[in-house]
Amino acid sequence: MFRNLIQRLLQGLVVLLVLFTITFFLVKAMPYGPFQQEKAVPEHIRAKVNAYYGLDQPIYVQYFKRLTNFIKGDPGLSLRLEGRPVTEIISQAFPTSLQLGISAMTVALCVGIPLGTLAAARKNSLIDFGSMALAMIGICLPAFVIGPVLAEFFGQRLKLLPAVGWEPADPRTWILPAVTLGLGTAAYLSRLTRAGMLETLSQDFVRTAKAKGVPGGRILVRHCLRGGLIPAVAYIGPAFAGLISGSVVIETVFQLPGLGQHFIKAIETSDEPVILACVMLYGTLIIIANFVTDLVSLWLNPRLRTR
Amino acid sequence: MLRTLPLLLAASLALLSCSRETQVDRANREGILLIGNSGEPKALDPQLVTGVLESKIIGALMEGLVADDPKSDDALPPGAALSWEHNEEMTEWTFHLRPDGKWSDGTPVTASDYVFSYQRMLHPEFIAPYVEMLYFIDQAEAYNKGEITDFSKVGVRAEDDFTLKLRLREPVPYLPSLTRHYTWFAVPRHVILIHGKMTDRFTPWSLPGNFVGNGPFRLKSWQFHKAIEVDRNPHYWDKDNVGLNGIRFLPIENPYTEARAFFSGQLHSTYTLPSDFIDSVAEDKPQFLRQEPYVGTIFIRLNTTRKGLDDPRVRRALSMAIDRQSITDHVLEGYFPATSLTPKMGQYEPDKVLGFDPEGARKLLAEAGYPEGRDFPRFSILISRPAARASTEAIQAMWRKHLNIIVDIQNKDWGSYITAQQTLDYDIASAGWIGDYLDPTTFLMIWTKGNGNNNTGWSNAEYEKLLDDAAHQADNASRLEIFRKAERMLMAEQPIIPTAFYSRNYLHRPEVKGWYPLLLDNHPYKSIRLEP
Repeated sequence: MFRNLIQRLLQGLVVLLVLFTITFFLVKAMPYGPFQQEKAVPEHIRAKVNAYYGLDQPIYVQYFKRLTNFIKGDPGLSLRLEGRPVTEIISQAFPTSLQLGISAMTVALCVGIPLGTLAAARKNSLIDFGSMALAMIGICLPAFVIGPVLAEFFGQRLKLLPAVGWEPADPRTWILPAVTLGLGTAAYLSRLTRAGMLETLSQDFVRTAKAKGVPGGRILVRHCLRGGLIPAVAYIGPAFAGLISGSVVIETVFQLPGLGQHFIKAIETSDEPVILACVMLYGTLIIIANFVTDLVSLWLNPRLRTR
Repeated sequence: MLRTLPLLLAASLALLSCSRETQVDRANREGILLIGNSGEPKALDPQLVTGVLESKIIGALMEGLVADDPKSDDALPPGAALSWEHNEEMTEWTFHLRPDGKWSDGTPVTASDYVFSYQRMLHPEFIAPYVEMLYFIDQAEAYNKGEITDFSKVGVRAEDDFTLKLRLREPVPYLPSLTRHYTWFAVPRHVILIHGKMTDRFTPWSLPGNFVGNGPFRLKSWQFHKAIEVDRNPHYWDKDNVGLNGIRFLPIENPYTEARAFFSGQLHSTYTLPSDFIDSVAEDKPQFLRQEPYVGTIFIRLNTTRKGLDDPRVRRALSMAIDRQSITDHVLEGYFPATSLTPKMGQYEPDKVLGFDPEGARKLLAEAGYPEGRDFPRFSILISRPAARASTEAIQAMWRKHLNIIVDIQNKDWGSYITAQQTLDYDIASAGWIGDYLDPTTFLMIWTKGNGNNNTGWSNAEYEKLLDDAAHQADNASRLEIFRKAERMLMAEQPIIPTAFYSRNYLHRPEVKGWYPLLLDNHPYKSIRLEP
């Protein structure tokens, strides 16, 4: 089993290298360079700036240079926010993305799992149909619709919560972005939980427990939840990585100082060091999330351990 | 968990219900202006940037030789210089710096700071992207291109601590107005040299904690995609007349997000307002709506190397088939129909030559060999910003209706859109230009051969001769007359088809006093006051 886990980790490293290489060459394949501005910069100036950043060297030289620097932990300087170290940009923005991801995941877990459990326990009842319809709406409505609606209602009309902005120390500013981002995940989670619970509820040991007179709630929480959550857990890991990294829309709608805005602007301006740093960070997160998911699944599901 | 849940809910409700004071209320109390600034600045070193949004922040931190006036575009109030004079030809200028002028660390601002600044900006190793703005100085271009290496040959000299002499390559009657642009500002030599050499492009001198300027405010903090904060500069020469305690610039890029921030009490003034909001705001909350002329023009750029578009008759026909009034009435609301390329600025107003004449347009197109639009090549109009789509679709429909020609619309991302134009790899493009200063040259020089912003493939020796004549004309009235003639010529050829003059549409709270409409939109922050 441990050999298996170590193998997974090594595979992760290979994936990161491939990811780095593909991203690097995709950036280089973009039809424009980093200093393409609306107001034309004189050609002799542009050539000099390119030389300043080493962008005039052969592409393979640039690749190996960038790769060795990344391995050493130095992603370089941003080309868009000229002169600012990429590490400074990431260390300023990542805490916001992480905090947003965690609060969104909390929303997703607190809404999704109880809703799914309830739906499974009252299968084919009004509660089941109601909560699953809600989940379907949550899945179908994109964040760029939910976000502005929530911001307009709670921020503009009721003036209860700030419509835009983010203060790490002020939880009032987290609520709307976290709910907007978490709802979609909550919806998926509730459907996965429902399916998992239904499967567990149909097992023999549940019938035995019922026959022995164990109360319904106890069966649900003590006996079924652990097994019923297996499909949800497999989803939670990658979904968490996605919540941390995939919040570009939320960051724009609520003007949050997270990584997503940097990532998108970096792509628009062909800011290679920032693009690479973001992609590598997201890649690492997803690999870690999958790894942790494997561990948790092992703990939840004894059948996996024997293999 | 279940037991703590009600507690958590109660706590969060309590949090929600307390502090209904909006951020604007608090800022009013504290004397802080909250202002939308449309994006993250690339940098704050005035010699390394080219954009408008950077200029808004730099304008709070630094002051030019000549200052901006809160009410008038033409007034030239003294800034870092107390007074200035020039010779009869307007090629030699002397600026007398104010003796009480100080950097925000208390060091005096001297003429040698300006000499250092212009040398740094022009130095070939420093690579300033907007260096062309200083080419007005004699020999500046040669020094920048490495043709001469002795900076003393360049027309900048400090006669003493407070006397700055400039020798120009041609008469520039609008030089005082030009020195209000950030490329002409001084940078603090004594601070820059602490953090590196003169020619080092990026040193931490322009970051919070190090930044030193000569403007009414100091740089306090800079958080990416969140805010840049400035507070009062205690060493500013006119500090007693500074009305605000500070400014927060919010880099909100999405105009809809910005409007929500405004209406939920988080901003005093927005950078812009989406056109589709104008009607409803005008009806429901007219006290917040501002619509003001701005020195900018929206136009259609034509690739005149394409067969068909190489014929001026075709270009004029395309122009005459556009009903500009209808576009500004229904699509670009708040904008004004373009009558020429350059909007009215100061004493310059070009002839109103553009108009809607579908009959004449059809005739011209027939003369050019495309009667009823037959055999006209199928071109596409390149756009990038979503805001350009509606007006481009209107033009597409007008050309179809009045000229019977079909064009497509092609949407590209910003970088590809720019690249396509700069490499002449396009047919027609929707574009625009915002003037840098109040002189027609800022619009007319673009269309000269080899200009990096021309991108039409069009040039005309006679046109360039006129601009050159004007450049050597010291008398302003005759100078402007030559420009009018040049612009008539440009409009007869129309490598670009102007469609509308920009207007600044934005949201603004009435308690912000001392903020008046200005063509260049550079409101001197020191005159602004908050009076709720």
